[in-house]
Amino acid sequence: MLIVLLILVPFLAGLAAMAMPSSKVHIHAIGASVLTLVLGSVCYYYFTHPGMGETTFSYPWIEKLGASFSVAMDDGLTVLMVMLTALAFPLIFISLLNKIPDRPSTFFGLMLMAQAGLMGVFLAKDALLFYLFWEVALIPVYFLSSMYGGPRRIPVTFKFFVYTFVGSLIMLVSMIYIYQQTPIHSFSWSSFVSVGQSLPSNQQNWLFWMMFVAFAIKMPVFPFHTWQPDAYEQSATPVTIVLSALMVKMGLFAVVRWLLPVIPLGSMHWMNIVMLLSIIGVVYASFMALVQTNIKRLIAYSSIAHIGLMCAAIFSHQIIGMQGVAIQMFNHGINILGLWILVSIIEHRLNTQDMREMGGVAKIAPAFTIALVLISLANIALPLTNGFIGEFMMFNGLFNSVSPYRTVFTVVAGLGIILAAVYTLGMIQKVAYGELKTSTSSFKDLSKNEWVVLIIVMFIILWLGFYPSVLMKLVDVNL
Amino acid sequence: MIQYVWLVPLFPLIGFLITGLGRNTLGKSSGWIASMAILASFIVSCIIFFDVQALPENVFEKGGGPVIVQLFDFIKTQSMQIGFDFQVDALTSIFLLVITGIGFLIHLYSISYMGHDDGYGKFFSYLNLFIFSMLLLVLGANYLIMFIGWEGVGLCSYLLIGFWYKNVAYTDAAKKAFIMNRIGDLGFLIGIFLIFSRYNTLDFKSLQFLISHDTYDATFISSVALCFFVGATGKSAQLPLFTWLPDAMAGPTPVSALIHAATMVTAGIYMITRSHFIYSIAPYAQHVILIIGLATALIAATIATQQNDIKKVLAYSTVSQLGFMFMALGVGAYTAAIFHVVTHAFFKALLFLGSGSVIHAVDGEQDIRHMGGLKKYMKTTYATFLIGCIAIAGIPPLSGFFSKDEIMMHVFTYPIYGNIFWVLGMLAALMTAYYMFRLLFITFHGEYRGKGHPHESPALMTIPLIVLAIFSALGGLIGIPEVLGGHHALHEFLSPVLLKSTGMNANVNHLSHESEYILMGVAVLIAVIGILIAWFGYKKYNAAAEAKGIASFFEQKWYFDEAYDNIIVKPLYHISSFSEKVIEKSGLDGIVNGIGKMIQLGSTRLRLLQSGLVGFYLFLIVIGIVLLFALQLLYNKFL
Repeated sequence: MLIVLLILVPFLAGLAAMAMPSSKVHIHAIGASVLTLVLGSVCYYYFTHPGMGETTFSYPWIEKLGASFSVAMDDGLTVLMVMLTALAFPLIFISLLNKIPDRPSTFFGLMLMAQAGLMGVFLAKDALLFYLFWEVALIPVYFLSSMYGGPRRIPVTFKFFVYTFVGSLIMLVSMIYIYQQTPIHSFSWSSFVSVGQSLPSNQQNWLFWMMFVAFAIKMPVFPFHTWQPDAYEQSATPVTIVLSALMVKMGLFAVVRWLLPVIPLGSMHWMNIVMLLSIIGVVYASFMALVQTNIKRLIAYSSIAHIGLMCAAIFSHQIIGMQGVAIQMFNHGINILGLWILVSIIEHRLNTQDMREMGGVAKIAPAFTIALVLISLANIALPLTNGFIGEFMMFNGLFNSVSPYRTVFTVVAGLGIILAAVYTLGMIQKVAYGELKTSTSSFKDLSKNEWVVLIIVMFIILWLGFYPSVLMKLVDVNL
Repeated sequence: MIQYVWLVPLFPLIGFLITGLGRNTLGKSSGWIASMAILASFIVSCIIFFDVQALPENVFEKGGGPVIVQLFDFIKTQSMQIGFDFQVDALTSIFLLVITGIGFLIHLYSISYMGHDDGYGKFFSYLNLFIFSMLLLVLGANYLIMFIGWEGVGLCSYLLIGFWYKNVAYTDAAKKAFIMNRIGDLGFLIGIFLIFSRYNTLDFKSLQFLISHDTYDATFISSVALCFFVGATGKSAQLPLFTWLPDAMAGPTPVSALIHAATMVTAGIYMITRSHFIYSIAPYAQHVILIIGLATALIAATIATQQNDIKKVLAYSTVSQLGFMFMALGVGAYTAAIFHVVTHAFFKALLFLGSGSVIHAVDGEQDIRHMGGLKKYMKTTYATFLIGCIAIAGIPPLSGFFSKDEIMMHVFTYPIYGNIFWVLGMLAALMTAYYMFRLLFITFHGEYRGKGHPHESPALMTIPLIVLAIFSALGGLIGIPEVLGGHHALHEFLSPVLLKSTGMNANVNHLSHESEYILMGVAVLIAVIGILIAWFGYKKYNAAAEAKGIASFFEQKWYFDEAYDNIIVKPLYHISSFSEKVIEKSGLDGIVNGIGKMIQLGSTRLRLLQSGLVGFYLFLIVIGIVLLFALQLLYNKFL
């Protein structure tokens, strides 16, 4: 029962927040998100100590259709994603203490609803429920993106919404098709897996694309990525965090949970094509990142490059690669969250996203600079930061895949490692080094609440980078 | 004590944390805290060194190997187990001594050298982190831990080269160092993937066993060896990835000493020596290493002859000397390479710290054309610098002579064109003696040409110089060849580590004593000639003539930077901005938007169908039914 609260608490708190006066809603949101985090930690404890408590829940929902409200936290990837979702929101809310958004009731209400939707996506064990949450998570983010952010936010968000919505409709069609094939007409994950595996390969081959396109748009994988830099740039940064730390993980997660087991032959059949697209994406997005002057677009492209590598590693069909992906999905979420919080600090102080107007703050904002350097280094997977282990395992998976092009894939994807260093160090240099400019001369160092958030992020980076055994235990059980 | 080897990197780590966290509160004491941390490591390293000496034979009789100290599981899943383990043997213990010993002297020196810098505390925290990373590199019992240290020194060099971050050129140099290293790292990583996919382990000890009992697969072994070598060219500044090292002198001078002598650049040599069980059966890779080493030694030496920045001369000299070490690795003479690493660490640290002392004396001037006559003002610095020059030039009985001679002897006996490699190597040696004494004469002899009043540096800076000068002078004693009546202590010490895999090229030293004497005599003669050329050219140096012709080509560093800029960097950015404009904005996003527009356009047309005329609807229904029937027919017929 506890596990249902992971969805219910943020959902109800979100509803309540909408009705609250602006002055109290921030504290309310922090409280609710911390409560969710506590609940998540308890579930995590139950998961790692079997027999202590239930981490599954199932209740008939639409019996005629064979759909049930069934949620479970029964594998390492789900645990990691739930923990990431539970952790991200309190951090975002705390970082906002000195940057209160307009219409806070709406803002925090929608944010909490988005958290509920995300939790649902990661926990659902029923295809219809999964689809429902997939859309439920999108709606609050759609409103957030179109209400808060840059001047072009309305058309950009509209495009993002239509793009991902088209993708999910196609996915729904394919899910209904599979549902039709199930002997007892059930939406449950296990019946999907068993019927999917028995589908003939020619059906799997087209079903694969119907589902994959939806996930590929969400991740996004090259060439379905063009909505992303615009959306990241135009959305308010807290919303960008939800998009890039969590929502893109929905795509990867869905591939691992709903595509590979359900359409195994199709996934094998198209392995090379998907890996090719992903790896083109790694290099292509890195190239794009090189020439960005807008810091949000730079990070957006960097994220596309990282996601591309994760997607390629998933399709390596190697256990080590999958484990690496699971680890990296969590760590990438933490790192990108840290980066965006730094960006929001810059935006708040300088009111610009243009890196040409930044520079020299290392002297007057040492704490900010330390956080910037450390989190950036984690983002380029420096050893002893959390970014490294996952990447190392993913590359090993890629290199050992059954694809005949594995060596080429690995080497080309490896170029991403070099290019990542180029654009990330360039970013540090432009933001922090050099002489102070008039625009940056009054840059204030981290405030207390920002410091707390970034300390937590940096602690996770170093802890999991130095001693990743927690992650290893989670991914080694089963994915 | 060997079981407590983790203390060695622990002290610098603690030092890093204390000085890093207390960088605003500790003040001047952070320099001493950092130095004491390294001193503690050095003491432990000394104890371990003696323990190891007592150890090897016993261990090997039991069929063991190096002592493995397991700390914790780093990566542990069913498909991959890699421990955070340390390994101690003779090779490790030598590097521990060099890193902590010279590192300690550099720390002491920095207390005075960096005394007036704003970032004093930060500087020492980075120095400690640097030493920590390097220790991790040499202590790792598997390639992953080695790689962690490997990347760690890359990071620290980035932080320290760009230490004065307000200067954009300096931060550019820092970025360049990191990126060039990363290019090499990719090679190293791919080598690691290759190894792991075949043997499922990265432990040196297991790999040595597995590879020696594996069926010999020349392509595989050569690929691994070459991938690792790519990594080594990055970290150890060999062709084609050497250009970052001369730029790296943007950092404070003690950092240069640290990078060039005790840490960082020796990493590549260490890695290949540690992987001797791979290289000894990879003759093609060894041949490549020999050629690259020789080419680097020659090219860097030519550049060094024409530089006028005191640190640049030394930087190219390091590149060139590293080339010698790689030549040794190329002919399988691992002991000789390590020997040269050790002696080079002494005299290059000495020379860099000496140059720092000079720069300190002349108010930050680095151009030797504005120095001159400094031997009058700074006697200790001059005397120690002179010892360093003699040592690197290869005049007996100073240390550089023995190590370089051993390398060249092995090169001479290399079965494939060994004598040609020897001649070319000697050419590089000739230039070495020339450019070092050119530097010495221009800087210290003649009349003072600069501004202000030069002065000798404080004791905290000169004491490390004196200590290093003693080691530079006497360091060769650890490897006196048999032909001169010695017994080469270093070789004996290292032999348990390297003995087991004597490949086709290793230890082919079958020269008669007479020919050894002749080769030595020639080597000394060449060094003396180099010094004499410099003496006649620069004893009364006054003003620089414009470099012309080939000299200007050398002065411009063979235009390597320009070439890389035009062939790689600029096209990369051009392609990127082109892709952004054409593929990204017009192409991909254009298609997406185009589809959206088409649908909008289509729906404005489709909307006309919603005419509200029932007759029209009926007409459409009929057409629809007909179409469905037609489809059904087709379906039945063909499928």
